[in-house]
Amino acid sequence: MNPTTEFILFSALKVVLVTIILLTIVAYTVYVERKVCAFIQDRVGPNRTGPFGLLQPLADAVKAFLKEDFVPGHVRKVYFWLAPAIVMVPSLVTIAVIPFGSTLGGQQMVLADLNIGILFTFAIVSLGVYGIVLAGYAANSKYPFMGGIRSSAQVISYEVAMGLSVIPVFMLVGDLNLSSVIGYQAQGWFGWLVFKQPVAFLLFLIAGFAETNRLPFDMPEAEQELAGGYNVEYGSIKFAMFFLGEYANMVAVSAMIVTLFLGGWTLPFYGLGEPATSFLVGLAHIGIFLAKMFAVLLFFIWVRWMLPRFRYDQLMDLGWKRFVPIALANVILTAIYLWLEA
Amino acid sequence: MIVPRRKLSFLERLYLPAILSGLRVTLRHFFRRKVTMQYPEERWVVPEGYRGAPYLVRDQHGDTKCVSCQLCEFVCPPRAIRIVPPGPDGPPADRPNAEKMPKEFEINMLRCIFCGFCQEVCPEEAIFLQQDYSLTGLARGEMIYDKEKLLDLGGIHQDRHLKWQRKHAEAESQKVSPPS
Repeated sequence: MNPTTEFILFSALKVVLVTIILLTIVAYTVYVERKVCAFIQDRVGPNRTGPFGLLQPLADAVKAFLKEDFVPGHVRKVYFWLAPAIVMVPSLVTIAVIPFGSTLGGQQMVLADLNIGILFTFAIVSLGVYGIVLAGYAANSKYPFMGGIRSSAQVISYEVAMGLSVIPVFMLVGDLNLSSVIGYQAQGWFGWLVFKQPVAFLLFLIAGFAETNRLPFDMPEAEQELAGGYNVEYGSIKFAMFFLGEYANMVAVSAMIVTLFLGGWTLPFYGLGEPATSFLVGLAHIGIFLAKMFAVLLFFIWVRWMLPRFRYDQLMDLGWKRFVPIALANVILTAIYLWLEA
Repeated sequence: MIVPRRKLSFLERLYLPAILSGLRVTLRHFFRRKVTMQYPEERWVVPEGYRGAPYLVRDQHGDTKCVSCQLCEFVCPPRAIRIVPPGPDGPPADRPNAEKMPKEFEINMLRCIFCGFCQEVCPEEAIFLQQDYSLTGLARGEMIYDKEKLLDLGGIHQDRHLKWQRKHAEAESQKVSPPS
């Protein structure tokens, strides 16, 4: 086999596998969300379909597919159809540049090892928000419209802070490639950037909550005020797309947090910080990455069932008046540190 | 009136300690014993005097107590009860010297509001609101309970008076038993 066919073949294989695994993870994140929320509220959660309710995502999917795909008469048809796809696709595309393992059988465990990985993720992840804004516009009724407006207000308040918060990370690493970010963090016990840049981590985490529309920043959805917000007019499979999009987005942001701050697929002992040479270690690396990602996902879910919602002027206040200055200060302090060290 | 607001301290304005204590609260609840009752398998204890579905009862000798006086049919606010009395040529009661008994007795459980007026008005203690609170059926017709079904569901009521039996004994002793 010549290198080109090999590359195409293995890439296609990886894409198919990653997509399947990702969608499974997304489906089960919904299940975990329901379970965790139930446990926090002293309930037991879904436990009827299969052992411990493990077949619940399957049942939900079947239900969503079989329901009537109803389109209200007053919506703007084209945008109405477009919005769910725009929400869903970017979060799936983001995963493409995340290194989810070192190597497995000589293949690098990343779909596309871009040397501007992080710029790509930022460019793509933000697109998901447009789906929500578009859904609010397309629905042509009041609650979705409010949701869309809130979403646009939200996106301009956290997006800047989010971008600024990761700049110190790349000043330290000196590269935008996510694989080299992980390589940088593989050095020693406190190599992870969460220890070197705790402020950046905190800002990124909070912006991540806003990015994924999770509580305490779920203004576009706001069930209690907007009866579901941007997705009020949606039903059946299109609603399921929004739902999956939200969770896929969560997975994508968790993967980014793990890659940028929590050392990616590395662990600082048993030599697990080095790229794998054997098949088994390669699998272990993927396992480590998934475990870290699940931990972050669990934290996202946990926080959702604890905090009340911010008002959206409070979010803008937080974004512009607190996070942007802090992030800028962090950039300058890191620059001074690097300048003194050089 | 102006309520003076206390200035928040730096830590309080930072939000983060409050968030951490919130996480502690939710974590505590996560491991707490769950309060969910697995409904169809586990059921709550129905309290004494609960007003569930009204059923007809038999006395301890297995006799139908209802004498089809139709008071319950008359008093029923949603008109859920329908009684067909035997009429002058109808079949006699299933025990000697007794009043007539209903030919048909239906309660439409879709209409019944479980008010208990039927139980209250019944001069024969023949109908009681019992403990069933979840009546289900696949069709409307199934929810109209007929006499046999009501008697089966109602069970036995230990009657202390046994009015008809005593009347029968009294008539026997005076040798004026009516032709039955």
